[in-house]
Amino acid sequence: MRPAALDRRSWREATARRRVAALLDPGSFAEWLPPAARVTSPHLAALDLPVAFDDGAVVGEGLLDRRRVFVAAQEGAFMGGAVGEVHGAKLTGLLRRAARERPAGILLLLDSGGVRLQEANAGLIAVSEVLRAVLEARAVGVPVIGLIGGAWGCFGGMGIVAACCDGLAMSEEGRLGVSGPDVLETVKGVEELDAADRALVWRTYGGKHRWLLGDADRLVADDVAAFRVAALELLAAPRPLELEALEAEHRTLSERLETFGGAADAREVWAALGVRDLDLVARCEPDELVRAEGARRRTR
Amino acid sequence: MTPAALLDALFPAGHSVRAAGPVLAGTARTAAGDVAVIGTHGAAEVGAEVAHRLAGELLTVLRSHPGRPIVLLVDTRGQRMSRRDELLGLAGYLGHLAATVGLARRRGHRLVAVIFGEASSGGVLPLGFMADEIHAVEGARPWVMALPAMARVTKLPLERLEALSRGSAVLAPGLESFLRLGGVDETWAPPLAPRLEAALSRPAGPDRRAEAGRERGGRPLAAEVAGRVVGGGGG
Repeated sequence: MRPAALDRRSWREATARRRVAALLDPGSFAEWLPPAARVTSPHLAALDLPVAFDDGAVVGEGLLDRRRVFVAAQEGAFMGGAVGEVHGAKLTGLLRRAARERPAGILLLLDSGGVRLQEANAGLIAVSEVLRAVLEARAVGVPVIGLIGGAWGCFGGMGIVAACCDGLAMSEEGRLGVSGPDVLETVKGVEELDAADRALVWRTYGGKHRWLLGDADRLVADDVAAFRVAALELLAAPRPLELEALEAEHRTLSERLETFGGAADAREVWAALGVRDLDLVARCEPDELVRAEGARRRTR
Repeated sequence: MTPAALLDALFPAGHSVRAAGPVLAGTARTAAGDVAVIGTHGAAEVGAEVAHRLAGELLTVLRSHPGRPIVLLVDTRGQRMSRRDELLGLAGYLGHLAATVGLARRRGHRLVAVIFGEASSGGVLPLGFMADEIHAVEGARPWVMALPAMARVTKLPLERLEALSRGSAVLAPGLESFLRLGGVDETWAPPLAPRLEAALSRPAGPDRRAEAGRERGGRPLAAEVAGRVVGGGGG
């Protein structure tokens, strides 16, 4: 018998369109402004850089377990999924349409280094528009779910967008942060963070650490089927954008600062959580970690 | 502009805004009634603690003074860049702050941001740029990343970036660029109080920054693309 791992379809290795196709009910996805529409960045030509006919963003609607959902997927292969004027406007348009048409949910397949520096100022404003549109969709009761498991992780302003979702699922390979390892090393120096130290990068930003701290609600294998299950579960459990809920979240984040604020490394955080076998965290499969430490991790 | 000078110019009728470290918070009197004032000064780096305190100030206003307008004062060089803040989950703290501003809007609080110093990246995204109206006083400096760092990260030659940025609202840091792109509504010259009174008296509307960017020639496609997706988005 083949090990189960070989039957998986890797999320990380898939393109944005393949992730969407595998996540949704077969054949149900309809894309808006597809590559045939040839909507490209108006700013890259000045830098002699190539454009993409979708500007690295796939948006549209489909069915998830027969319910209508809106989906946006970032294509890491084009400029690291970074957000430029057009890319951001596609995401914002999708979120605004959802606020009007009220689908069962919005799935954000995040794979992005954040603001596209080649469109710096326009990219920052675009991310800001996405952020505001996420919260306005939530405000009218449309749940927004983030899925992170691509090669670029989710950084910069898109990391803030991810944190504003109703629910977040990450694979072990997924990474979430604001200042990514390369930016930290470039700006602050290698003493702050050695971006080449893969183990350090992984335990600072990676899915297991984010799940243990409660930033991610689901930890899944690098498998499109596992992401689908997580998306369905998270859609069924939205976080209300209400005062009491945010006050409770405020206390949770306060407790996190008090308990872990002095930690210099993820292993200290895990030890303070009561994780018994620190080496197991790196070694084990996500489902093993969920079974072993699910009761000790923080939740939001 | 110093916070003290800004506060006196915005609120000639008086205020009780105090600085505690990088965080500004308090109440001010205006012709339209009391407003809450929340923000940062000293080109603050917004790390986990600062973001958490800002969210706490907002939650106190939401709990104790439903509907009270909120003036957000912006002077931040961006998110705190440290391994320790990333380890703690800075994205979660900044996201919580943004969600709190989103809740304030939902509960009917008017939100007016005034940039009086720097405004950059992860410092301005979850607070100042979440406002209904975003204004800047003369000399304010919104930006994303210094050109040398941008050159290193994008691997584009610095000389090339400098030359291109001279004619490009997209690449050149500063207020003129953000006005053209629609990211800042207006530049305010003294007297500031009437400008703020006028902003507070306007009703909140939808996010129209993309439309402003098109009208001012800085972002030719954002409004059209978002509109096509909202409207159906066929080929």
